[in-house]
Amino acid sequence: MSNDDSGRIQFKYKVLADDYNAVGSASSDAKNKLRAIGVPPDILRKVSICMYEGEINMVIHAKGGEITVNINPSCVEMILKDVGPGIKDVDKAMQAGYSTATDDVRNLGFGAGMGLPNMLKNSDSMHIDTEIGVGTTITMTVNL
Amino acid sequence: MKIADAAHLLNAKVLTGGAFIDTDVTSAFACDLMSDVLAFANGYKMLLSGLCNAQVIRTAEMLDMSCIIFVRGKMPDDQMISMAEDNNMVLLQTEYTMFTSSGILYEAGIKGGQMQ
Repeated sequence: MSNDDSGRIQFKYKVLADDYNAVGSASSDAKNKLRAIGVPPDILRKVSICMYEGEINMVIHAKGGEITVNINPSCVEMILKDVGPGIKDVDKAMQAGYSTATDDVRNLGFGAGMGLPNMLKNSDSMHIDTEIGVGTTITMTVNL
Repeated sequence: MKIADAAHLLNAKVLTGGAFIDTDVTSAFACDLMSDVLAFANGYKMLLSGLCNAQVIRTAEMLDMSCIIFVRGKMPDDQMISMAEDNNMVLLQTEYTMFTSSGILYEAGIKGGQMQ
């Protein structure tokens, strides 16, 4: 946890690729920290769902990456930046049920093609910036 | 009903979280697909699942669930039990199938809630 120049609180997490057992540890830690500073349960749950879905995607589709959580006066902002293959067709990826996940991932209980739509549903704003072969950055906010 | 009542009805073992067994529950979500739990079970306090890996605990944690019932005799490992302890969660294990477990709880007044 750190305070940047503007005084806002910020957490940063490294997410490792293919570390299926640890997936969710960043979201869990962020949830505990946000709860400790008094973020209300309903908002906390929306933030947790968004971040966990994003963290899962970073592990199963990308080569890991970094998550930054900023607590602004009016919202919690999550920036999930991966160094993965990029999303070929964002419109398709946003459709409920569309998935490119492997059987390994499906055996974990994920890969049903609900991740991005669920992030959109639980966030108040969501922006996807993706480039094939470079990576994807997803920025989401949940209003306080 | 209380989680203790659910445990009794399902003839379930309490694997951890005995201190929270008197928590009230009114609805439950039964699913092996964690993608759908994350998408549809926000607001539910009890999860029935036959999937048994660390992501089941993580998923329930993100949704502030109080109790996970592992059906079909599935046994969580020590890491999962420890994760549940960290989150003040009750873990139950029943030999009944998902269908039978859900039916027993439904008959006793636990409802499915609204799809979101």
